Amino acid sequence: MNPIDTGDTAWILVCCSLVLLMTPALALFYGGMVRRKNVLSTLTLSYIFMAVIGVQWVLYGYSLAFGADIGGFIGGLNYLGLTGVDASPNENYAKTLPHGLFAAFQMMFAIITPALITGAFVERVKFKAFLLFSLLWATLVYDPLCHWVWGQGGWLKQMGVLDFAGGTVVHIAAGFSALAFALVIGPRKGFGKSPMEPGNIPLTVIGAGLLWVGWFGFNAGSALAANGVAVNALLTTNTSAATAGLVWMLLSWLDGRPSTLGIATGMVVGLAAVTPASGYVTPMAAMLIGAVAAPLSYYTMRFRERRKLDESLDVWACHGISSTWGMLATGLFATIVVNGDGANGLFFGNPIQVGTQLVAIGVTIVFSFTATYVLARLLHASIGLRVSAAEEEVGLDISSHGERSYS
Amino acid sequence: MLKKIEAIIREDKVADVTDALAEIGIVGLNMFEVRGRGRQGGIQLVGRAGTYQVTLLPKIQINIVLSDRNLEDAIETIRKAAFTGEPGDGILFVTPVEDVIRVRTGERGQGAMMYPGDIDSKKNG
Repeated sequence: MNPIDTGDTAWILVCCSLVLLMTPALALFYGGMVRRKNVLSTLTLSYIFMAVIGVQWVLYGYSLAFGADIGGFIGGLNYLGLTGVDASPNENYAKTLPHGLFAAFQMMFAIITPALITGAFVERVKFKAFLLFSLLWATLVYDPLCHWVWGQGGWLKQMGVLDFAGGTVVHIAAGFSALAFALVIGPRKGFGKSPMEPGNIPLTVIGAGLLWVGWFGFNAGSALAANGVAVNALLTTNTSAATAGLVWMLLSWLDGRPSTLGIATGMVVGLAAVTPASGYVTPMAAMLIGAVAAPLSYYTMRFRERRKLDESLDVWACHGISSTWGMLATGLFATIVVNGDGANGLFFGNPIQVGTQLVAIGVTIVFSFTATYVLARLLHASIGLRVSAAEEEVGLDISSHGERSYS
Repeated sequence: MLKKIEAIIREDKVADVTDALAEIGIVGLNMFEVRGRGRQGGIQLVGRAGTYQVTLLPKIQINIVLSDRNLEDAIETIRKAAFTGEPGDGILFVTPVEDVIRVRTGERGQGAMMYPGDIDSKKNG
């Protein structure tokens, strides 16, 4: 009997495309929030990962993340060049999909994760140093972490960590790496003195909308099947984004007016928060996850601003903090009624799950922050992370790429 | 004597002002988009989380050159049309003008400023 399920395969092929769409969507989301002299640069910082990881993942990235386990810490080299990753299923990962499809779906996650970090250092990063950092980060941070959480034999996976679609691997890792990088590279010239107004909020709003659409592929696709868990994940994803958008609107209203940029931001925060929980909790739990994520992230932003820390587009607040809450909430609200392959959380009689989730959160924060801090310091001391002051003033569109957005 | 009025006004009052000026016979003018601030020093806008201060706001500067006998009429007209009573209504600067030369005809000074239906012909008849 052929184990490939055509329904599952068709659905994950679609999800693959949806998740790929999130990277251009993120480029727009970020591109609208920088000053007009840095729009092309900011778009490129995200787009380039479709090329960089599109090659890295095939050459060795997939193998490091999902190859034969070595001590629970890293995958072996048996899938170099996607050797043997073919049309038959891999029993360990997705029993009803061609192995190649699983590898492709995972590639889309590997593409967007480092793109998320770029929000930390827009408008001042040196492109060459950025490329080198990104390749090193993908290899030394993402691939191992991905193996720990999702790879067969990975040590966090064996502990029973629940991370449905990448709360740790994607959002906490990106958020805390962004924080570390921002501390090393330092603030933009003039930060804190004159307001750095978003150059084109409509781009950001379009980006947020496309991210929401793409997130259905990200979360519902992480069921790796066209089944009830996928449907539940889609519902929880939508519910959390909707709730966080509403709550952010209210918070912004209390501080002045219901800001468009704020509402769009709140929606993305709700999406990031529910990511680890989406396939394990009910829609009502997702509503609570979104409702709590919004103020957590909102006041983290305010805190960051007060500390004069230029983590420019708030990757830490939007992704790191909200997904930390999402991972914890998974340990509280997970129920095997939603997903029999999951586990129960605290409120369903299994307090131990909270501890497991906290270990995963702690490990991800410490590992991603430390590794990124060290990498960034090394690069800053050697080739330098920043463009010159003059190049920064002119804007990276002209100084790094020799182009301008508007003529 | 020729004078120049630089009227820095709200963007959304431009049509009101130019219409009112045309009404009294002042048709020729030009304008810039400018950024500036008055004694309030800007306004607050809402950001992603909380508000921030914008110190320079977009305004329109209308430039008009006219005979000084028509100056007060023009000033009154602009003030009335640009007025809302809120901070940010703008400001008018008046300066003397040395000379005016029409490119097409080579006319100079006051003569270069006259045309049928202008403010003087309206006043006189």
